[in-house]
Amino acid sequence: MTALQHVRPHAYYTVQLPRSDDFAFWRERARALIQCDIPPDKVAWVEPGGSGDLFAQPSSGGGMRLPEPPADAPPVRASKRYLSLAKNAALHSDPARFSVLYRLLWRLQANPRLMEDKADPDVRRVEELDKNVRRDSHKMHAFVRFRQVEEEGGAEHYVAWFEPEHHILRANAGFFLRRFASMRWSILTPQGTLHWDGETMREGPPAQKSDAPQGDPVEDLWRTYYASIFNPARLKVGAMLSEMPRKYWKNLPEAALIPDLIAGAQQRESEMVAAGERDDGVRPESLEAIGEAIEGCRKCPIGCLDNRAVMGEGPSDAALMIVGEQPGDHEDQEGRPFVGPAGQLLDVHLERAGIDRGRAYVTNAVKHFKFTIKASGRGKRRLHQSPTAKEIDTCRWWIEGERELVKPKLVLAMGASAARGMLGKTVSIAKIRGQAIPLEDGSELWVTAHPSYLLRLDGDARNRQAALFDADLAAVRERLAELEGQ
Amino acid sequence: MGVAPILDRLKILADAAKYDASCASSGTAKRNSVKGGIGSTEGMGICHAYAPDGRCISLLKILLTNHCIFDCHYCINRKSSNVQRARFTPQEVADLTISFYRRNYIEGLFLSSGIIKSSDHTMEMIVEAARILREEYDFRGYIHLKTIPEADPEIIHRAGFYADRVSINVELPTDAGLTRLAPDKDARQIEGALGKTKDDIVEAKDAKKRFRHAPRFAPAGQSTQMIVGADAASDADIVGRASRLYDSFGLRRVYYSAFSPIPDASAVLPLKRPPLIREHRLYQSDWLMRFYDYRPQEIMQATEADGNLPLDIDPKLAWALKFRERFPVDVNRASREDLLRVPGLGVKAVQRILASRRHRTLRLDDVARLTVSLTKVRAFICTVDWRPTLLTDRADLRALLAPKAEQLELFAA
Repeated sequence: MTALQHVRPHAYYTVQLPRSDDFAFWRERARALIQCDIPPDKVAWVEPGGSGDLFAQPSSGGGMRLPEPPADAPPVRASKRYLSLAKNAALHSDPARFSVLYRLLWRLQANPRLMEDKADPDVRRVEELDKNVRRDSHKMHAFVRFRQVEEEGGAEHYVAWFEPEHHILRANAGFFLRRFASMRWSILTPQGTLHWDGETMREGPPAQKSDAPQGDPVEDLWRTYYASIFNPARLKVGAMLSEMPRKYWKNLPEAALIPDLIAGAQQRESEMVAAGERDDGVRPESLEAIGEAIEGCRKCPIGCLDNRAVMGEGPSDAALMIVGEQPGDHEDQEGRPFVGPAGQLLDVHLERAGIDRGRAYVTNAVKHFKFTIKASGRGKRRLHQSPTAKEIDTCRWWIEGERELVKPKLVLAMGASAARGMLGKTVSIAKIRGQAIPLEDGSELWVTAHPSYLLRLDGDARNRQAALFDADLAAVRERLAELEGQ
Repeated sequence: MGVAPILDRLKILADAAKYDASCASSGTAKRNSVKGGIGSTEGMGICHAYAPDGRCISLLKILLTNHCIFDCHYCINRKSSNVQRARFTPQEVADLTISFYRRNYIEGLFLSSGIIKSSDHTMEMIVEAARILREEYDFRGYIHLKTIPEADPEIIHRAGFYADRVSINVELPTDAGLTRLAPDKDARQIEGALGKTKDDIVEAKDAKKRFRHAPRFAPAGQSTQMIVGADAASDADIVGRASRLYDSFGLRRVYYSAFSPIPDASAVLPLKRPPLIREHRLYQSDWLMRFYDYRPQEIMQATEADGNLPLDIDPKLAWALKFRERFPVDVNRASREDLLRVPGLGVKAVQRILASRRHRTLRLDDVARLTVSLTKVRAFICTVDWRPTLLTDRADLRALLAPKAEQLELFAA
């Protein structure tokens, strides 16, 4: 390119931009300047309200009329990549952005593939500008909060106040139009305003926060949602701040809750840590230690009653484990499982089936006696109460410990509570009795009725149930012999 | 019996929904409301807020009800739990979604539910909420529906026509874990439903190619979630399962949710929660498989003797430290694959290196400009003016590169 006659070699030019985000205007001027071969250090770009440009001082002779490019000047070339970056970078609030863009455009004429050189400082800088602007736009899409106002005639109007960091308002009008085309809305910012009436978009002068509505009843619902969806067990304040920096908080209705949510979570966490000191989640490694630990167990309300824990008993390597529901009044007094009326009945049936109780490990799904006190003519009596599903589940922690240590080949669960203690779900005894249910450690579970059930029946019904109970026990004895024979 | 105010029910039903990790609103078909209706989706997801747990709030994520006939031990809504119960009608869910959407609080709805009456009935109600949004409000925003594997496939199929994304949680990484902790659920049924949805998605895509007006079916695909740390599964197990799920069911994402102690917990669960960082390491390994061409076996190579990924360093660094013979990598010559293996170089940095080195021979300064930080990178690369010499082979390299203090766990339990 040759310098033109009317271009003075040592002159510099000031370009006054009509608007801070007027990329099209900048592009026209930049093209002309390059065609006139004006080097980057001879051009100053000034935006409205902008200062800080040394060349613009009248005393230094700035403000020279822009030269006209010659008719035969070669066209100015810019890669697609440059254009897409420049469009965004031009919206940045950095006053130097237009100079950087011009310098890069100038250099592109000599080196058309310059944009590929990502290590070049000018390329890097423009990429950074573009990235910042895209982020600001993205945050605008995210953090604009409309507030509804009723206008005369009952029409709904949604108004938002937003403070963007860069000159992005006009560039993002399309996003809000495409999303909320059927609504009447306005976005007010310190740079200008946008108004959509359902048909046309109108621009307005800069606004103030006080021009926007101060509240919306739906914000209470939104704040409730925000506080409830937060999981205090996993506080990560840094992660929140990197994506939602404090500078945005002042215009987000939900952000006012953040300090309290954090403080509440920290308190909750420290309470959990304190609670965790008593109970570190490690199960005792011997039956004796489990026996000691259950004595102090207060994980469910049953443990807090006036009773004692009853540990299972029997050989620690028994092939058969018999599980009942919970200790009864007698068991609680003696501290041993199955010694009351139900235990005596069990002994009778076991003997009849040919099962040696002395070789079995006998225990309960729930370790403490659950009861209510009933005052009658003969004084106060402790009446058995069934444990709830939750209490049984709580106690699984212990029965599983016993099972891990004893490693029985066959577990006989008597009654629905015992079955739940083994399976974790409530099952129907009638449906699953008399068959092997595989457990995940390879052992087998058999389910039958609880002997206390027989105690509550009379006559024929009792005989029928006793026969079923005997049949179940006989099947267990046979299966056990098979398993032990293996 | 009077119905509690919507504010109180929202509190309960949002609280009950927070254990679902997914909040994505990206990758669906592009829509806008210029010609009617309300809402738009433009490909990129938008996080409208962040909670102090660092998670993005993109969708109104609620349960239709937290009543449940199932008794899964890790779940706060299980039948035997003592939580307060509430329910919304499908109409209330749709109205709430719209009033949030109009104020630009959300991208759309993520609706899940406890099982009431029956799986079919529940699924019908979920689909009804989506139908009201799509048909009565002409809503064009994002909808994610949780589907219930036990429900009638025909109802699930309808869900896919209203939703952008559907998901079914596999819940636990191993079948044994599922049997133990979710006794009412069935692994085969879950995988069957995932398979059916995959077929539906493929079929609808195929129809769309041939017929312009063929209806879209879950254009943002399907995803699933696994709970980490509630059973004994190791990271190697989890990564293996995830990769099989990706392969078999064409999943968009597998989400991991570190088991967090829930109020009124069932006693079968561990009392100690897994460190949150474990979930983070699993997501990092997920990333390595999806964007860095790591095979699942290679992730497993990065695990330690117990089958878990190290917590103090990221899986990429862990792998590099185990296979030091593959380093240093020459940034001026190495292939894309080899560059992607360098700890500290992300996909974008690698692209920049590949583009730049056609124009210049890269020096360490240049690399510094192309990446976030040199600290990790320098031990594994060479440039014209830099060789790590003995650094790569130093026995204490791990200690040198591991973050100094435990920063990610703010309040270690």
